[in-house]
Amino acid sequence: MNNVDAFIAALPGIGRGILVTLELTLGGAVFAFLIALALGLATRSRLLLVRGATRIVIEFFRGTSLLVQLFWLFYVLPLLGIRLDSLFCGILALALNYGAYGAEVVRGGISAVSIGQFEASRALNFTSWQRMRRVIFPQAWAQMVPPFTNLLIQLLKGTALATFILLHDLNFFINELRRSTGDTLFAYGIGLVIYFVIAYLLTLGMNAVEVRAKNRIAAGPTLREVMGLKPPKARSQIDQTPRSRMTGVIS
Amino acid sequence: MPTKSAARTTAVPEPPRIQFEGVVKKFGLNTVLDGLDFSVARGDRVTLIGPSGSGKTTILRLLMTLEEANGGLISIDGEPFTHERKGKRLVAASEKYKRRMRTKIGMVFQQFNLFPNMTVRENITEAPQHVLGQSKDVANMRATELLAQVGLEGKADAHPSQLSGGQQQRVAIARALAMEPKILLLDEVTSSLDPEIVAEVLAILRDIALSTDITMLIVTHEMQFARDVSNRVLMFDGGRIVEEDEPEAIFTNPREKRTQDFLKAVL
Repeated sequence: MNNVDAFIAALPGIGRGILVTLELTLGGAVFAFLIALALGLATRSRLLLVRGATRIVIEFFRGTSLLVQLFWLFYVLPLLGIRLDSLFCGILALALNYGAYGAEVVRGGISAVSIGQFEASRALNFTSWQRMRRVIFPQAWAQMVPPFTNLLIQLLKGTALATFILLHDLNFFINELRRSTGDTLFAYGIGLVIYFVIAYLLTLGMNAVEVRAKNRIAAGPTLREVMGLKPPKARSQIDQTPRSRMTGVIS
Repeated sequence: MPTKSAARTTAVPEPPRIQFEGVVKKFGLNTVLDGLDFSVARGDRVTLIGPSGSGKTTILRLLMTLEEANGGLISIDGEPFTHERKGKRLVAASEKYKRRMRTKIGMVFQQFNLFPNMTVRENITEAPQHVLGQSKDVANMRATELLAQVGLEGKADAHPSQLSGGQQQRVAIARALAMEPKILLLDEVTSSLDPEIVAEVLAILRDIALSTDITMLIVTHEMQFARDVSNRVLMFDGGRIVEEDEPEAIFTNPREKRTQDFLKAVL
């Protein structure tokens, strides 16, 4: 059987593998984002106890290997009588690990908002929740998207470890292809291309999110303008963000 | 417009709008306010002048609860501001109590600090709606009035980044007024504006000063503005009041050597 025939025969499997990889990526990303928000906001708590506990959680999940975390959830917890579904284990480990990194992104994004914005919202007597939701977070969000894009791509690549907890993800089927063809170069070449394509699609999606976030704080064109569906409007003369940072988002 | 200032500076039975008693503020080892006492009557418009670092802005920031005093007592309308009464004792104010007291105060900043994620209208209506609980219609109507008052009728749907500095500051003034404060703090509101724009902002503030009875505390380097708008001027140096008087007296005939030197340098 030549490589092309083997590849065609492997396609249904690879398709299923891609689905599992996407499940892991999107599930992991959603929960990682929620964890990042919770931990990131908690690092700014007024209570020392909350800040301290948050710091420990972040450092723990950031400082231990994703593979080891997966093994703990999947192989060690059953020894303690807790048995989790393997897909759930994968999503949970990715969420905890990347959520810990994401917490730093959230914290950094919020710290990047100018102190004057905090003071003005305090002068208008917003509660701290209103201040975060209505004033600070929308501005911080624009800062957070590019580092979140990085993390999302890393998370996608991290899902390949799920093969080790017996999930039939893309990586698993690439290995199957290698076994059936005996051609390591070919099989892993295919793997490289498919992961890259998924990563690139995610990047494009996140770029759109970034354009919208910047446009919302009036620091960039609308998504329609960027996509070229509408001729760009003349921007105001006094823009807060230098032009160079706005262009080239989707190129 | 009725002028109320003359009547208001004389002793009134009601408690002063703002009272500082022995207020101390330190930044690290640097004592900015050292046992400051002063009070401001209702409707007074007080300008604080003095060299930078003399503690003028700190006074405004203490009132806005952007800073916490290290000692002393600040009261608004006879109620402790930084402290609340628990039985007979005074304890440090909780955030809830501070929020209640803060409803009386508005502030306009040197750097405008408009919210870039909102339109001009939203900048003005957001807090009235979500803090004061006004309906959207009421808040919008008030915003329209205020924008007309500051001469920016056509700019409701613009974003702050599309406005000039002077226009942004006028929106910031409208935003502060939309909260219907009893006390308005103006912190060097023209210091980051181009000289030719300063006048338009000052004209609006003058109009507000003369048409309302909002108590104003003004930190400014615009001595002519201080003279036009305020009915009292406090000269600060080293966290203390060196001299206080009516603007006419202090600008034409300062008694203290320190005031004379300062005015000579800035006028």
